Amino acid sequence: MDISTVSGPQARTLPVSRSPRGAQQGKKTTGLSGFSRQRIRTAWLFLLPMILGLACVAGWPLLRTFYLGFTDSSLSNLDGANFIGFENYLVYDQGEWYGILADSLWWRAVGNTVYITLLSVSLETVLGVLVALILHAKFPGRGLVRAAILIPWAIPTVVSAKMWGWMLHDQYGVINDLLMSLHLISSPVAWTVNPDTVLGTIVAVDVWKTTPFMALLTLAALQMLPKDCYEAARVDGIHPIKVFFKVTLPLIKPALVVAVVFRMLDALRIFDLIYILTSNSEDTMSISIYARQQLIDFQQVGYGSAASTLVFLLVFGLTLGYIFATRLKFDGSGDH
Amino acid sequence: MKALKRRTGQVLFALAVLALLIYTIFPFYIAIVTSLQGGEGSFYLPQDFDFGNYVSVFREQPFFLNILNSALVSFGTVAISLLIAVTASYALARVHFRGRTTLLLTVLGVSMFPQVAVLSGMFELVRLLGLYNNLGSLVLSYTVFSLPFSVWILTTFMRGIPKDLEEAAIVDGATPWQIITRIFMPVLWPALVTTGLLAFIGAWNEFMFAITFILSNEQRTVPVAISMISGGSQYEMPWGPIMAASVIVTVPLILLVLVFQRKIVEGLTAGAVKG
Repeated sequence: MDISTVSGPQARTLPVSRSPRGAQQGKKTTGLSGFSRQRIRTAWLFLLPMILGLACVAGWPLLRTFYLGFTDSSLSNLDGANFIGFENYLVYDQGEWYGILADSLWWRAVGNTVYITLLSVSLETVLGVLVALILHAKFPGRGLVRAAILIPWAIPTVVSAKMWGWMLHDQYGVINDLLMSLHLISSPVAWTVNPDTVLGTIVAVDVWKTTPFMALLTLAALQMLPKDCYEAARVDGIHPIKVFFKVTLPLIKPALVVAVVFRMLDALRIFDLIYILTSNSEDTMSISIYARQQLIDFQQVGYGSAASTLVFLLVFGLTLGYIFATRLKFDGSGDH
Repeated sequence: MKALKRRTGQVLFALAVLALLIYTIFPFYIAIVTSLQGGEGSFYLPQDFDFGNYVSVFREQPFFLNILNSALVSFGTVAISLLIAVTASYALARVHFRGRTTLLLTVLGVSMFPQVAVLSGMFELVRLLGLYNNLGSLVLSYTVFSLPFSVWILTTFMRGIPKDLEEAAIVDGATPWQIITRIFMPVLWPALVTTGLLAFIGAWNEFMFAITFILSNEQRTVPVAISMISGGSQYEMPWGPIMAASVIVTVPLILLVLVFQRKIVEGLTAGAVKG
């Protein structure tokens, strides 16, 4: 590398053949000098692969999904589809309403998804903060414990669903066995089949898998807190629980809010866990499962695309609503 | 009295740590015990050490191929998204141009798409490109979802690199490409490892696209293969082999987590804590 020559005083006098125009006269000139214009051109060139890739493989499919939602397209007949307007969404025909918005199963799926999201994200947040507080303390073997709680996060959802499915098995499952020997239940419970328990079971497994994420994000926020105000509180003899609610919680709140957004987005599109744990049960259907079932299993691409569009709108709407409600600022230009 | 109070506090804390460990590890423990079991039923302690379930996983389905497929798809996804993300994030972190914030937010928005929202459009695209039932379809779709957070994390990291380093190179006449490959790369590789790990885990675990775009047993990735292990009927699930397969897939991830714990946490927090 010949960069080191720059530091020497003779570097200035050497003819630099590859030098961009304007660099010699001092690159901090105001306005768009030839140099910075060229730099911006290069920047766009560097951005091109990403923009093209995202436009073709994310933007285009999304637009196609929107469009297909207005057609009667099916899997066997993708090309010969007719434009049918909003009929997939809602249509009034011979005294009856048809379409997704008139389908009670869709509304059930919406209810399930929102229920799972609310319960799961709130439980995770509380548990995650607790775990983070434990990991924030210094104790021998802390690194190992931190690695251990990462494992549920790292394994495939399919694997965690299978493991819990086995543990929750009505005849041979460990959970029933444990609860019965503790006399908490008198007979085995079919956790993943019984309509009364199944949604709670899904939430419990989801909480097990995703609490580490919340805990680690909270821990990172805890580690960035200034130490001096804790010293002051300790000297004044304020109870640790009061310190937590008056000092710690308000300080880590911005980080918590962001973590909740990420988890909310994830929970609203829940698919794998429910698909594996309870397969196609209507009791547990989420909006993603509903849309995919219409698309692939029933091969109704038009109707399924319309449902997918609704999923997209719902997830974006709820997230935006949350962001506005908490006045969270996603500032892309923030510097460290 | 004070000493006693401190002692109780320590014991309670130790119990909390223990409870946390049991909560996280217990399912894996049961999975391992079950996978080593010949017969039916669940036990808390391994009764015998029978590796029959592990053998049957590889015999009953092309599980070795499935692992290979998962590895191919994951490494492919990591390589392509890092390649595209490095140049893009250099431009986003280091060059001031109009629309930079909008672009970053758009990219972030893509990572938040519900997968099902692009499923039908992606299905069409995959068929158009002739990638149906081909691992290429998975690399394509996974890259779209790993690229945004790769760009996001790398942009955050690149902002942290001192400006002097780059300015010296510019004065010396280095082209932006040279700046990236010769100056940024050596400083950036920890961030690349972090980003790569997250992209790898994401691709290794993905299920919805994998079950939709792949038809044949030989092309399947691990999560789908595990979901497809079934017995004679719905009521006779072969739990032994399923747990054996789960253990096989989990072991490499546990190793990754143990070795790269710090890096993974760094990546997770870099992506989220700012903002």
